[in-house]
Amino acid sequence: MSEAGPLPRPEPQYATAGQQAEAAAFGMWVFLATEILFFGGLLLAYTWLRASHPEGVAEAGRHTKVVIGSVNTLVLLTSSLTMALAVHAAEQGRRKALTRLLAVTALLGLLFLGLKGYEYHGEWTEHLVPGLNFHEDSPHARTIELFYFLYFLLTGIHGIHVTIGIGLIAWLALRARHGAFSARHYTPVEVTGLYWHFVDVVWIFLYPLIYLVGRSGP
Amino acid sequence: MTGIPRSYLFTWAALVALLAATLGLAYVPMPGPLNIVLALGISVAKALLVLALFMKLFRAPALTRAAAAAGLFWLAVLFALSATDYLTRKVDPVGDLSAPTGREHRSGDR
Repeated sequence: MSEAGPLPRPEPQYATAGQQAEAAAFGMWVFLATEILFFGGLLLAYTWLRASHPEGVAEAGRHTKVVIGSVNTLVLLTSSLTMALAVHAAEQGRRKALTRLLAVTALLGLLFLGLKGYEYHGEWTEHLVPGLNFHEDSPHARTIELFYFLYFLLTGIHGIHVTIGIGLIAWLALRARHGAFSARHYTPVEVTGLYWHFVDVVWIFLYPLIYLVGRSGP
Repeated sequence: MTGIPRSYLFTWAALVALLAATLGLAYVPMPGPLNIVLALGISVAKALLVLALFMKLFRAPALTRAAAAAGLFWLAVLFALSATDYLTRKVDPVGDLSAPTGREHRSGDR
């Protein structure tokens, strides 16, 4: 239970620690803006595929595992809550709460990846992996293959982001346990929180595009 | 558990409620593009909740908000300028307008 803690000295280019913290958050947002475009190109490809071949995309969507996808959405939303609570605990200098909440967030991230891996395994056994074992008897087979191509790219890149996030958060949890943060210095927690929430936001959009398309059909 | 801000718990509850709503609505047959419009509308609502309450974007300094807005602006440019091509192009060729290439036997692929 550290109280305010020593005031960290800002790096020479900053006038105050507050300005330094603001610059760190700004830098993360600039990075997140590039991330929007990173995912944006793939989402554009998805939009084109769906607009040009609606029936095929609907059929492909019905192959996805909606239960795992929905549970995983719940897991990520909950991990965003624990991350927000972790930042709040850091603001108040509550070291134990901060350490625990960061650990829970990382564990929820691991649960997400575990479920995703189980899902990938199912897709492998159902011969839905383009380039490796794709096989589908349907007039829309080519569209379904393209859908799954985008599916693996989007969820794969998202999964890499989740993996990086878990690593960062686990590292923060270790540092928090050793008292590296205080109510006056918790910028790494705050900035990593922004990253984690962004990864959650990306999933919020991937979820309906992947799992809910075509559900109202036959 | 002291000091848990209720606003965070309410935000989470709202996110879960919206998740349930979008999942349920996906199974209801609707005319035209209404399904996807509703699903994306709910996604936007969820994203706004996360941005506003978890990421505190709207209380951030103007420069930070500008960085976030720039990301969305260039995403809009990406989609809008691409649409000028794809929305004005037929997926299936109207007729064979191309000069012979010697690879015509491949044209049945898609």
